[in-house]
Parts: sequence; structure tokens; C-alpha cells
Amino acid sequence: MPSLTPSQTIGPFLHIELPYEGEEALVAPNHPGAIRLLGTVTDGQGDAVDDALIEIWQANAAGRYAHPEDSRQDVPLEDGFTGFGRCATDHEGRFEFLTVKPGPVPGPDGRMQAPHIDVSVFARGLLNRLVTRIYFPDEGDANAADPVLSLVEDEAGRRTLIADQDDGALRFDIRLQGEGETTFFVI
Amino acid sequence: MTSPEEQATVKDEKEGTVASELTRNGGVLGYRRDDLEINPPYLYPDYASTRTRAPKRPLVPMPHTLSEVTGPVYGDTRIGELDHDLTRQHEDEPIGERIIVHGRLLDGDGKPVRNSLVEIWQANAGGRYRHQGDQHPAPLDPNFSGGGRCMTDDDGHYEFVTVKPGAYPWQNNPNAWRSRHIHFSLFGPAFATRLVTQMFFPGDPLFFQDPIFNSVRDERARDRMISSYDHDRTVEEWALGYRYDIVLRGREATPMEE
Repeated sequence: MPSLTPSQTIGPFLHIELPYEGEEALVAPNHPGAIRLLGTVTDGQGDAVDDALIEIWQANAAGRYAHPEDSRQDVPLEDGFTGFGRCATDHEGRFEFLTVKPGPVPGPDGRMQAPHIDVSVFARGLLNRLVTRIYFPDEGDANAADPVLSLVEDEAGRRTLIADQDDGALRFDIRLQGEGETTFFVI
Repeated sequence: MTSPEEQATVKDEKEGTVASELTRNGGVLGYRRDDLEINPPYLYPDYASTRTRAPKRPLVPMPHTLSEVTGPVYGDTRIGELDHDLTRQHEDEPIGERIIVHGRLLDGDGKPVRNSLVEIWQANAGGRYRHQGDQHPAPLDPNFSGGGRCMTDDDGHYEFVTVKPGAYPWQNNPNAWRSRHIHFSLFGPAFATRLVTQMFFPGDPLFFQDPIFNSVRDERARDRMISSYDHDRTVEEWALGYRYDIVLRGREATPMEE
């Protein structure tokens, strides 16, 4: 069997190729239930990370992934919704997506997971991507029962994974290191 | 672009229904973790930027759920006719040593990863990126942007035409130079298989002092990031060939039939 090709940093010049026009908008502005999902990426000194790339992956509002391995015919796909978004941070470390809240999807043991968005963070200084998840502030009961969120032992660590309401938008700040450090997962 | 519904059918016919059966039961066939140990650490102080960006809290291991074994499905729709040829994106040809970079995208079982997006970006032949953040006093080339993309074919094969990137200095430590490299971005079939890496060139004298290259501690793993000169793909009186196969994570073993 062939062996894995190692990961390397995305470096500071990713903008030459990767951000693709319109990829930060998973839905049109007039889409029912469209939400702005935004945040700032900061490093261990509290400085803005202005050369990060954020990617998100999510199910549609009904809880179906636009992918062949989600073969649940009883949950509808939505025409034109890919579930993937990509956004480079700006000079103040900010990113912003336009998307919808995903529906719940199955988890281990047949239990449903709380609505969530998978996130990849790439940047200069990150030799591997960082993976985290965005959960929703209005899903208290589902979040408390979520099999992945429950793996995070401390309350402060779980708290970093739940977005905040922010003036009609949803805010999810990403702190790579230090105080308030975002919980990251090994997948 | 094939719809996910259609792809599910095609996949089921080709590879059986194990994965979709598992999905219906709430379980999934995850991706292997054992070979991830060859990846670089997050904190590698020789590469200065890791010092303020590597997380300090331990990462939390999590099982693969439906969210991690699915991932973006790209069609051909975002690929332009010349996107794979970085030497034909402008009125004239870029300066530099013309090269063909090609190889196969494979999964951990050696099977081709088909119809998958490959993206690359690189410095020009003088070692300068077309990017406002690159202040290296080497000339920009008006005929070179440095970005390309293509889809793998049914054999997992991809191919780019470009020029050999130059080495360039960076601020990491005194007299630091990056080895010549091309950045690669790969998706594979799932969120779990996403990979961003760099392709290097054989025999580069700068390897010894390049902390990004050396952050991969296992020598054999490091060598897998180095392309090989490919005389079979070298085109007479036109371009040198380089081969670079990329291996993504493999799937966990299929559960035993009961």
C-alpha cells in the first residue's frame, strides 16, 4: 500500500489560486433562512491572522449532504446547494460566509448530531490544517446531547465551539493559540 | 456535473453498498489514522510562524461521522480550458525552464482518486510570487500569474504545464531560502481527506536549511514530497517532465461480512 503524502503549510501566498469568486456565498442573499456567518482569526499574541483560509462543509437546511455517501433518499437535496464554502481572511483577520443553518445529521450509534458546520483553517505557520466545528447558540438541548461536543471535557472548551448571535449575524471567532483558544479536533 | 444522487448510484454499482448501508444505520466507514503520524507537528520552532499559531491545548480526537466522510463534490464547471497550462494564460510565454508536472492522485489503498480537483500555485522562474505580500526584489513576469487547476481523470491522473519556480529568500532566519516548490491543494472524496502540501524538486541544495521541508521528521515521508525527473514525459525540444504522485488517506477496512 502506498504511504500518505505529508501535509505542508499553505503559506502566505494562497490568494494566487485558492479563493474562488463567490465561494464564500453558499446561498443567494434572498435565500430563505440565509445567515451571515462571520468571525475573526487571531494568533497567540492576539494579532489578526490576515493570511488564513477558512473552509466550511455542511449539510443543507434539511440535514442532507450533497455527496454520494449521504444516500438517505428521505431527506431532500437542494438544487444548487453544494454545502462547501471558502473564504480568505482580510487584512483585519475577518472572514464572512453567507449560508443557511444546516439540519441535524446522523451521528455514531444512530443518535442525531446537533446542527453543526465542519471547519478547516489553513494559514502560514500551520503545517497541518486545523479542524473545528461550529455549533448553534439556539440548540441548547441538542448541543448538550451532541456526541462530538460531548468529547470536549471542559465547559470553556465546549463554549469555544458555539457561535454567538451578533447583530443578526452569527459570530464564530477563531483563536489559534492562548487565552480563549478554540477547541480543535483530530479527525 | 453529475448530481450527488447520480453519483451515489454509480458508486453503489461499482463498489457495493457497504458505505450507504452504514449511513442508513447511523454509522460510517471512517478514514485511517495510523499513517497521520508522518505529518509535521503543529509547533516546529525552527519555522518561526508556528510559535504564535500552533494551538497549545491538546487537540481532541473525534470519530468520523457522516460530516467527515462526505465532502465537497466539484464538477468540471470551474475549470477553464487553459487553467492547467500556466504558460498560456497571457499574451506571451513566461520566462523560465518549461516543465510538465504530472502524476496520479491515489487513496491509501493505491486506487485512483477520480474526478477530483487539483489546485497549484507557485513563484515565477525568478523566485517571485505575483502577490502584494512578496517583497523579494526579483522581477515579476508579465506573462506569469502562477496559479493553475485541473481535475483528475478516470485513472487519477493530473497534468500541468508551467515553468520551474525559482528559490527565494524569506524572513524566517538570517540568510534563509525556501527550496524550489509548487503548492498543491487536494480534496479527495471527503472532508477527512483534504490535503494541502508542497511539491519539491529532486536534488535541491537548499533542503538542509528549509524548516518547512524538514518539519516532516521522517525521511522517507519527506522524500515523498520530492518529485522525480521523468524522462518518459519529457517532450523533445520542448519541456522537461517531472512526476509527482500524491497519496491521500485510505479508508478503514470494510467490516467483515456477517
